[in-house]
Formats: sequence, structure tokens, C-alpha cells
Amino acid sequence: MSPILEISDLSVVYRTPGGDVRAVEQVNLTLNAGEVVGLCGESGSGKSTLAYGATRLLRPPAVVTNGSVRYTGRRITQGGDPVDLLTMNPRELRAMRWREIAIVFQSAMNALNPVLRVQDQLLDAVQAHLKLPRHEAKDKVATLLDLVGIPRGRLRSYPHELSGGMRQRVMIAMALAADPEVVIMDEPTTALDVVVQRDILSQIVELKETLDFAIMFITHDLSLLLELADRIAVMYAGRLLETGSSREIMRTPAHPYTMGLLNSFPSLHGARRELAGIPGTPPDLRSPMSGCPFAPRCAHVRAACSEVDMSLAPVSGPATALPVGLESHLTACPFVTPQASQEGHVSQEGVLS
Amino acid sequence: MARSVFASGVFSSTANIWRNLPGKAKVGVFLFGFFVLAAIIGPMVEPYDPGFQNTAANASMAHPSAQHLFGTSQLGQDVLSQVLTGIRLTLELALLVGVIVTVISVLVGVTAAFLGGIWDDVLSLLTNVFLVIPALPVLIVLLGYLPQQGQTPTILVLSLLGWPWGARVIRAQTLTIRNRDFVAASRESGEKTWRIIIFDIIPNEISLIAASFVNTVLYAIGASVALAFIGLTDVNSWSLGTVLYWVQQDDAVQSNAWWWFIPPGLAVALMGVSLVLLNSGIDEIGNPRLRASRASAKIAGHRIWPTDSTPVYAQLAAERGRLGSFLHSFSRSSLLDETPAGGELR
Repeated sequence: MSPILEISDLSVVYRTPGGDVRAVEQVNLTLNAGEVVGLCGESGSGKSTLAYGATRLLRPPAVVTNGSVRYTGRRITQGGDPVDLLTMNPRELRAMRWREIAIVFQSAMNALNPVLRVQDQLLDAVQAHLKLPRHEAKDKVATLLDLVGIPRGRLRSYPHELSGGMRQRVMIAMALAADPEVVIMDEPTTALDVVVQRDILSQIVELKETLDFAIMFITHDLSLLLELADRIAVMYAGRLLETGSSREIMRTPAHPYTMGLLNSFPSLHGARRELAGIPGTPPDLRSPMSGCPFAPRCAHVRAACSEVDMSLAPVSGPATALPVGLESHLTACPFVTPQASQEGHVSQEGVLS
Repeated sequence: MARSVFASGVFSSTANIWRNLPGKAKVGVFLFGFFVLAAIIGPMVEPYDPGFQNTAANASMAHPSAQHLFGTSQLGQDVLSQVLTGIRLTLELALLVGVIVTVISVLVGVTAAFLGGIWDDVLSLLTNVFLVIPALPVLIVLLGYLPQQGQTPTILVLSLLGWPWGARVIRAQTLTIRNRDFVAASRESGEKTWRIIIFDIIPNEISLIAASFVNTVLYAIGASVALAFIGLTDVNSWSLGTVLYWVQQDDAVQSNAWWWFIPPGLAVALMGVSLVLLNSGIDEIGNPRLRASRASAKIAGHRIWPTDSTPVYAQLAAERGRLGSFLHSFSRSSLLDETPAGGELR
């Protein structure tokens, strides 16, 4: 497992008249080749800002204030040093996008052009980034639709003639047009019902296996990530609170916020229990915060929380057999020790096998 | 929390609207305000009666001087006084036409769309008939036949021929609004038709109506100046068009009397410009999406546009200074170069 995208100490602020909104603050996150990393957090926690900031797709008044984003792709580095996305000029970035890092945008409804046929939109992407002759590009577009399981007859459809699930598949096909190594998926299934959602998720996993790309999957749905992701990063108020394999996150959540999230949805089997939820609302990101941003809503809050160092540290506990620096389960909360949850909420093997 | 809502301009006060106005709209406001001021106080402060003929020696087609700031016409009339009166009369006419036309088009458009059925058929037919009438020839013919020439007939004729565009646009907008849920809710709860129209429909069309008003004023200025220029209004009332009519009659251009034709011509042109600029501002107030898509931010002295890649602060600060980034902004198209073939970096 070699790292393909290493985000380190990334900070992004939005310059607003009311002051800087620190949407992402000192975030470290690594995406390994062929891995699915889930980025999870509530609305406004900065998960999309993190992904778009790392790929430099944010609109003004956003500005990256700190950090580096190192990309180690087969095509561009070829055994050499990783390239830093944050020092690239616009030309290099453009060559990078879609060929190396592609994005499936949040709502297929708005991301597709309503007055162009699906075929033309896919052709656009293929021709802009692959420089194929027209007939080859057309073949490529057709195979792309095959990949995501849409009949070729739909090539000449307009977006409004497709169902929500199909539109989302078209978006995924479009992202895969130039055979990228990293695909960032920003809530690709949020507007869909659970049946279609599952369909698309298993398709994504299948595509990942055959085409071998890494996925950064952004969602607010932790239960979905528990099934899909290899590793999960939990974000809150622009900071990472906990990262770990899905198993670790599910079995032994180490941060109170993660515990809160896990307690907010019902388990499929096991005893009935009261859903807890998390009281309160996220903080205003304009005022600088010291210590833990989750403290005001935390059930385990103590005095030291206001000056705790928010850098991630390995979880203390039985599961640290790995050498220092390679531990996968990291938490920002030094006070609360992980507790095995009563039971796995969702059976991890159940859905996607 | 409440403070931040106010600060973010959800409840925009007048000051907030002004601050959010794009630069060109502000220029438009100032320019138009200047002409309104000139129209109000101009005739009070003008040095001569616009028709007064200075019969002194050398007073015909005299260059600008302390006595006649904008020089004189062939008959020794003071050009400054003529332009000031002209601005008053032209603006008066244009604003009146604007009000009348806007009222008619709102009445016709909203009634047709909201009542529907036979009302819509009749009013739409009427609108379309007026729409296909070629305005300028009809204006010329009508004004040529009218017994009395001057401001009033021009206003009436321009209003009569000016309303169908606005009516059609407003009808279309009303059609989309009348089918929205909040109108249905009002109707179901038994609101009277006039109340729905005034409180539910019209407020949603304010920016459209305002834009249509500004456009009509622009049209009226252009048309009235054109009509006066070809001599179809009272050539002894001093509108900007009449001034230009006499410029043409007395061969001012041929005799290089620039002080005679440039001030009235410039006044007409600048009035038009100010209205166009105003209209773009109204557009952006009524359609915030226009604003968002064009919004740029200034970060570390660099102007960042939505199409630019997200800047990295350290590089911005290191790169260029203010002047450098200003100059570079002209070569922004260079950033849209083709990607090298094969998509290889470096």
C-alpha cells in the first residue's frame, strides 16, 4: 500500500467580510493506492472544502493558507518525487485534473448540462483530456456507459430523460473518462433512495476493483461508510477528529463525536435501544477556537478540553501492535478511551460481498 | 447568531444594496443622478433664455467664452442654456413615457397572464398586434398628421407604441409565478384576486418591472431625439433633439462649430449610457446568481476569479505586487492555453 495522495497540514479559509472562516484547519490525511477512504462529518464540517481545497477547485474567497498535497501517480512521477498540487501552475493543474484526479460532483442534477445529450457531455470530457480522434472518442464514451451499466441507447438522451440513479451513473462514467488514479466522490448517493444507493455503491466497488483507482468518498452518512470504506476519517468544524479502519471506527470508536455519530442511527439487529443523537449545533468557524471544537457538545467534556492539542495521536489500547508511525487508528481526544461498542451496528460483510 | 445573519446581509438595508451594487451600476447611478440634477436646477441657473438671440457683433457661432460657456449657435443663442433646457425637456418626456408605458405593460401583462382564458387571448392578440407595428414609421406618420406638435403628442404616441415589449415580458414572468405554490396557497385561502396580484405577484416582478422601466426611458430618449432631429416636433421647444435639429439645419458640423453639436450629442449619449449601466445593476439585484457567478475576491493583493484555481496564500504573497497582478489580469486568457498533448506534465 503506497500513498498516492498525501494531504498534510492543509488549512483552507474563506475570506469573508465578517472575518476569515477557517473551514479546514491543519488536516492530515493519506489516501493509499486502490483504497477507499471515507470522509465523514455533518453539513458544514469542511469535508467538501478539504477535498476541493486539496485539488484547488474552490471558488473565491477561498484560499489555501497552509500545507501540502503530494500526489504520487504512476503517470506523472514514474518513480520520481511526488508532485505538490499546491505549487502547481494552472496549466499543470489542468493536465492533472481528470487524467489523474477526477471528481464526481455532489448533485448530478446540477452538474449535468440540461440542454446537451449525455453523449456530447461525455465526449467533451474525453476529447478535452485524451485527445482521441472523434470516432475513437465515441467508442470510448460507449464503453464508459457500459462500465456503469447504462444501455448504449441512452447515449442520445438528455439528462432529464434519465432517472436520478442513471444520472449519477453518468456522472461516475464521466469521472472515469480519462482513467484517473484518484476519484473524489462528493456525496454521490445523497439524493437517491437506499435501493439505488446500494446499487451504485456496489458498482463503485466493482469499478474500483477492475480499474484500480483510489477513492475519497465524502458523505455525511457514517453507516454507509462503514460498509464501503477501508478507512474512515471523521471531520468536525474543519478538523479531523478520528481516523481508523472502518472496523476500528465501528468496533472501538475513540472520539466522543464518533461515538455520538454511531449512536445516531439504529442497528439492524440486536436489542432495541434509544437513539442518542448529539445535542447542540456546530460552532461558528469565524471565531478562532482553542482546544477541542466539539467540547461544548461533548458528554465527556472536562476543563483540559479547552487547551487540548488537536493533532491526531494513536489510540491507546490493546490494538496498537503496529510500530510507531504506522498505527492506523488515530484520535484527537486524549481523554476518552475507546470502548468496544455493544455490537457492530451494521454487518460489514453483509452488503457488498 | 442573530448578529451574523444581519451582517451577512440577509435583511439587506439600503446601505447593503448599495455596497453590493457592481461598480458599473454605481457609475450609472451617479451619471443619471447628474442628469436629473441638471434637469432640475439647470433651467433655473442657465444664463440666457434658450431662444434668446444675441445680435451683438461676433455673437454668431462664437467659440466658447466667459460670456457663453459653450459658445453660441448661428443665431447667437447660448448653447449651454439650450442644452440645460434640452436635458430638462428630454428627461421629463422620457420619464413620463417610462411611467405610462410601465403602467400599461404591467396592467396588460399581469391581467392577461393571471386571469387567463379569454382575457389572455384578447390582450395577447392586442400586444402582438402592437408588437408588429413598425414603431418609427408609424411615429413619423402620426406626428406628421397630428394638428399640434410638441411634448404632449410625442409622449402620447411614444407611450402608445412602447408598451407591448414590457407587457409580453411581464406576462411571461407572471405565467411562471402564478403557478407557484405560494400563489396557489393564497388562492386556496380565499384571497381576493387583486390582493394576490399586488402582494404575491408584483413584488416578485419588481426587478423586471424596474428594468423594463429603465429600458423604456432609454427607448423614449432615443426615439424622441430622433423624432425631433428630423423635425417632427415643435422646433421651437428646446429639447436635445431640437438642438440637434438646428445643428443639422445650420450646418454646424460643416462649419466646425464643435461646441454646438458636441454638448447636446454627448448629453444624449451619456444619458443612454447611464441607463444601460443602471439596468445592469437592477439585473444583479433581482438575480443574485448573476452576482455570484461573477464574484471575485481580492486576496493578498491579487484578484481571484471563480475560474481560477484556488490560490495558495504563501505563493500569492511571494509572487507579484499589486501592480504586477493588475497587469497580469489582462493576460488571464493565457491561462486557458491548451493542455500539452498526451496530458503530460512539465
